Amino acid sequence: MNRLMRARLLVVAAILVVLEFACRTGLISSYSLIPPSEMVVAMIEMLRSGELTAEILQTVLAVFISVAAAVVVGILVAIVLHSMPRLRQAIEPVLVTYYSIPIFVFYPLFIVLFGLNDVPKVVIGFMLAVVTMIASTLNGLDRVPRVLRKTGRVLHLSRMETIREVVLPSAALSVFNGVKLAIAHAFVGVLAAEFILSTGGLGYQIAYAFHDFDNRKMYGIMLLLLIIVAVVNAFLMGWERYIRQRRGLS
Amino acid sequence: MNMLNILKSPKCRSTFDLLLLGVAFVALWQIFYEIAGSVALASPLAATENALKMLATSDFWMNAAATLKAFCIAVVIEAVAGLAIGIFLGLQRFTGDVFEPMLTGLYSVPKLMFFPMITLFFGIGLASEVAFGVLQGIISIILFTMSAVRNIKPVYMKTGKTMNLSTTQMMLTIALPGALPEIFTGLRIGVSSSLIGVILCEMFGSSRGLGFILMNAMQNNIVLDISSQTLLLIVFAAGLSGVLMAADYKLHRRV
Amino acid sequence: MIAQRQTQKSRLDVIVNDRVDAHVKLSGITQVFRSQTGGPAIEALGPLDLTLKTGEFFSVVGPSGCGKSTLLELVAGLTRPTTGEILIDGKVVQGGVPDGVGVVFQEDASFPWLTVWKNIMFGLKRRGVDPTIANERAERALELTGLQAFRDAYPSQLSGGMRQRVCIARTLVMEPRLILLDEPFGALDQQTRLIMGDEVLNLWRATGATVMLITHALDEAAMLSDRVGIMSARPGHFIEIVETGWSKDRDSRIASSEKFGSLTAHLWSKLRDESIQATRQSETKK
Repeated sequence: MNRLMRARLLVVAAILVVLEFACRTGLISSYSLIPPSEMVVAMIEMLRSGELTAEILQTVLAVFISVAAAVVVGILVAIVLHSMPRLRQAIEPVLVTYYSIPIFVFYPLFIVLFGLNDVPKVVIGFMLAVVTMIASTLNGLDRVPRVLRKTGRVLHLSRMETIREVVLPSAALSVFNGVKLAIAHAFVGVLAAEFILSTGGLGYQIAYAFHDFDNRKMYGIMLLLLIIVAVVNAFLMGWERYIRQRRGLS
Repeated sequence: MNMLNILKSPKCRSTFDLLLLGVAFVALWQIFYEIAGSVALASPLAATENALKMLATSDFWMNAAATLKAFCIAVVIEAVAGLAIGIFLGLQRFTGDVFEPMLTGLYSVPKLMFFPMITLFFGIGLASEVAFGVLQGIISIILFTMSAVRNIKPVYMKTGKTMNLSTTQMMLTIALPGALPEIFTGLRIGVSSSLIGVILCEMFGSSRGLGFILMNAMQNNIVLDISSQTLLLIVFAAGLSGVLMAADYKLHRRV
Repeated sequence: MIAQRQTQKSRLDVIVNDRVDAHVKLSGITQVFRSQTGGPAIEALGPLDLTLKTGEFFSVVGPSGCGKSTLLELVAGLTRPTTGEILIDGKVVQGGVPDGVGVVFQEDASFPWLTVWKNIMFGLKRRGVDPTIANERAERALELTGLQAFRDAYPSQLSGGMRQRVCIARTLVMEPRLILLDEPFGALDQQTRLIMGDEVLNLWRATGATVMLITHALDEAAMLSDRVGIMSARPGHFIEIVETGWSKDRDSRIASSEKFGSLTAHLWSKLRDESIQATRQSETKK
């Protein structure tokens, strides 16, 4: 293990130890924060008892559906925009300022439209994820070397074939980056929706525990969320490293 | 011929495009309104009228001031702290490398879930809103600043050392100016995120602020108010973002 | 044994048994690029005429910016000429790359996400060629380009010269009758270029295809070709077409012969003024 990894583990361990100490000795009141070890215990308890299983599934499923939709729609829209530079230029301001707008304000509108079920949060998740997908894919499409497109024409590929077999694989890394960001944004959207108004999901449970002053439950769920996000990210980064190595990029 | 050329110029085109976008936005809104009905949202016309009415009330401006106050304090704190930390981590190679993955990891975690924790620490009110705003924005600022400082050509830094500058002097007179465009991009993103953070925080636990009145309208399902307030929020957020983007663009063109 | 020289004409038509041997025929070609910002149009190429004989190795040399690459893209069907007509095998080239034409570009066009083998098989798969035949052709191409040991490697693991070989192999498997090379060795070092030159000659003999090579390297053109077309500065047209008279089984060792020396000297003497003019052109652009 190299110096860097050791230093990082040291930092993380130090923070955990300090927090544990501060909480146990009452420096930080249990009203605000419970010791990290307690969080772990609480989380394991809840997982074991199965009370969270439905909620985990609800949140993860909502995120998954919104990401899947955002990826498909995002790539398609990016391909269309890329082939129509005038339209792209016109829409560019929207893409760029999109994330400064509080998208979740449309949530009540969606509840009225679709009812108080899972659809509104999936739509919000989708809306947050799709634009970063479009932006990343556009970026990737811009970077496809012209010589590869010319090769497609020399080999008599149809337009669809060129996009499928040459352009998209070439842009794969940027598209992948877009997927990573899309997942992060969809998570925020779904959680925010569950916070504001929902019938279930991990965000809802956190809000519920918060209002009940049930810190153990609240922090336990937060830890679980952190772990889910970390695992997904680690997996994606590992996959990305594999692709980059094959292409000789790092 | 001359007139035609002016109309074709890029500047005129982009203004025209923006107008077109505005029209498209309103048109879509109207269509949505026709489909969904006034139980879901107000028509563009009604919402604009109501919005103008709201802008005339002192009640609205009291809330707006509360939000702006929290927002500005958050921006000052995260700008100063973010820049300082970012420059430090950028200059100190090893420490920067140690912390970078943790920061990027934190960036992709939905920071919303820390909201309860922050409220428990800071109580409901201004302090939480500022803290949450800072949390949302500071990581972008740190990451971009760090990257900007690292991308400064080493030869500039060597020049600074040969001039016997202290670390502080190097930071202020060499690192900061050269890295400014990228730093500004980080600031822009951070500031926009902070605004959303402050409003979100107000929505869940506050007694005043733009987020509070929005949440109020949402819970009482006053469709007209929700539509007007959303419109005002979008206009303000997009306007702010637009101004920042223009500045960002100008800075980058210099380089 | 002296290189035959054509006197300068405004319309150069080297017609030798036109009815049988004219593989490629360009007539009255010009290429004009309209400016997008409303400035003056750029005359990039022409007017020029050219006939390529079946199975010959033809090189085009000229100063930078004279339009050599544009010429190649026109012959390949990747661009349309502003005026004039291009015939390949008697058929007009329009709106697409004709059958039986292969192109090797200057930049690395190998697909980084596929292995060498998959790169070579790419075109065959898309065409739906019978798998057994496809495999045979790919194996042969691997042999011809010396890449057998690297069939499962990814392009990122290969050197620049080898990546170009992958592109050449990928072109060869489609069994083109006309092979166009656009400064394919420009990014390679001199020694690799000489070796690649020999290999191209081998491939040319093995396939019997007509080859058109664009290059800025005079020695390369002089060594490899049956004829060399010298282009003027922009707008490019042929100021002379030189017959080299080499025998078909030549290789890079002809570089030591006297004829090679005088040939290269002649090419440069014609090209020098054009190059100076081209440099001036690019300076005034700024």
